[in-house]
Amino acid sequence: MAIQTENDVVTQARRDWMSLLAKAPEDRLLALWADYGAAPAFDWLRRPEIGAVMVRGRMGGTGAPFNLGEMTVTRCALTLADGTVGHGYVQGRGKPKAEVAALIDALMQTPEAGALRAAILDPLAGTMDAASTARAARAAATKVDFFTLVRGED
Amino acid sequence: MYVAVKGGERAIENAHAWLAEERRGDTAVAELSIAQIREQLALAVNRVMAEGSLYDPDLAALAIKQARGDLIEAIFLIRAYRTTLPRFGATRPVATGEMACDRRISATFKDAPGGQVLGPTFDYTHRLLDFKLAAEGEVAKAPTAAPRNEPTPHITAFLRGEDIIQREPDSEATPGDLTRTPMSYPAGRDIRLQSLARGDEGFLLGLAYSTQRGYARNHAFVGELRIGTVAVEMEIPELGFTIEIGEVELTECETVNQFAGSKTEPPQFTRGYGLVFGQTERKAIAMALVDRALRWRELGEDDLGAAAQDEEFVLSHSDNIQATGFLEHIKLPHYVDFQSELELVRKLRREAEANVAKQNAGNEDAGKEASQ
Repeated sequence: MAIQTENDVVTQARRDWMSLLAKAPEDRLLALWADYGAAPAFDWLRRPEIGAVMVRGRMGGTGAPFNLGEMTVTRCALTLADGTVGHGYVQGRGKPKAEVAALIDALMQTPEAGALRAAILDPLAGTMDAASTARAARAAATKVDFFTLVRGED
Repeated sequence: MYVAVKGGERAIENAHAWLAEERRGDTAVAELSIAQIREQLALAVNRVMAEGSLYDPDLAALAIKQARGDLIEAIFLIRAYRTTLPRFGATRPVATGEMACDRRISATFKDAPGGQVLGPTFDYTHRLLDFKLAAEGEVAKAPTAAPRNEPTPHITAFLRGEDIIQREPDSEATPGDLTRTPMSYPAGRDIRLQSLARGDEGFLLGLAYSTQRGYARNHAFVGELRIGTVAVEMEIPELGFTIEIGEVELTECETVNQFAGSKTEPPQFTRGYGLVFGQTERKAIAMALVDRALRWRELGEDDLGAAAQDEEFVLSHSDNIQATGFLEHIKLPHYVDFQSELELVRKLRREAEANVAKQNAGNEDAGKEASQ
């Protein structure tokens, strides 16, 4: 049971970094990767491939699913020299983005994880949080404050 | 006899070359970049993504540039590109209740939790041309306030608590996909919503407006309109777990409509639903109205013979790429078809003329006889 929990934690952590990489702005990810300066040797399991996934919604927001439309996704898979497998599944048509995401996914499973998190994942999350907070703050400023007019009665 | 003719290759090549030149326009004027279209004509980009049925802002911007701003032509380009992509799978249904809202308004509840958030709307602008935009200038920073951290709940969730609005059935059934299976009627609501989500904004606007004017009776309130981004989750087959594979901007409209009730069920509000890629609120509201009108059968309403109630009429004419394909093909060479029609008309005319001549001759004879 304890092993199961540990696996869950590992899986959760991997889900989190893969989700972050999938949504990351390509320019920012590639710039951070370039600054990190790693060039690990790897073999392709699957070269970057552009495709689509069907995005689903729910009727009335909460009911049965329906197909809303597709979005572009690029995926690839690779192995590092030590045999670690990395998967890249990213939004958009960026083959370099998918490759870097797969390399980071692989390296995050190695002792390099800490350095990589500090150099790439944390700054990336910071950039993305700042962008969404900036939007939320603008939205908050457009929230209506209702007030009741004083009626002209004595 | 059918005679195939060939020709026009050079004329076509030269037409394409001129098209490219016209697309570029006056070279003394700076060329538009894809990023400029994506950032500054975002609502056109959104429409192309929604009706092209492919979420990719850069691709939609490219299509708009290539199509010289003809949005239906741009949608055509996106649809054509879409068919070349391998399908990696389907996502989990997006959780619109978790949306990071840029805009969220309700026409039914003033004091809805989460409030009335206007977002970057045209609504209260005066619709006067702003000549300041004709000159270059810095844009003032929009004011900010303390951001909301928790998700904004759906308005219908409050009505659901009272059971005063129809519940959406819980289901995880795999929805039908009109891009994979030809349409057949009657279509399920899953197929109708997919079709409406990619349908032509103008056509749906007209149909929705017709329901408001009394063609199909269902007075709608906008229970909620929200625009913002949601994460898109998908299970990765190789890994056996779900990741957020991206995020998309969506517009969601829920309408609250006239009540229905029966002997077994007390009166309840009914609902219509619109969900569209991008900031596309006119389309989302229209979609919700048309969705509601098409639900007449399941809600036990009368068929009033209104266009918006006629599923086959709505779904087979809402796709602007199908429509424009058929409409525009009639300008292409139909020389052989027309030749046969031409000969037929000439023959009919000869026969008619001969008949008239014969009749006139007969009349003259009759006239002579009468005068004698």
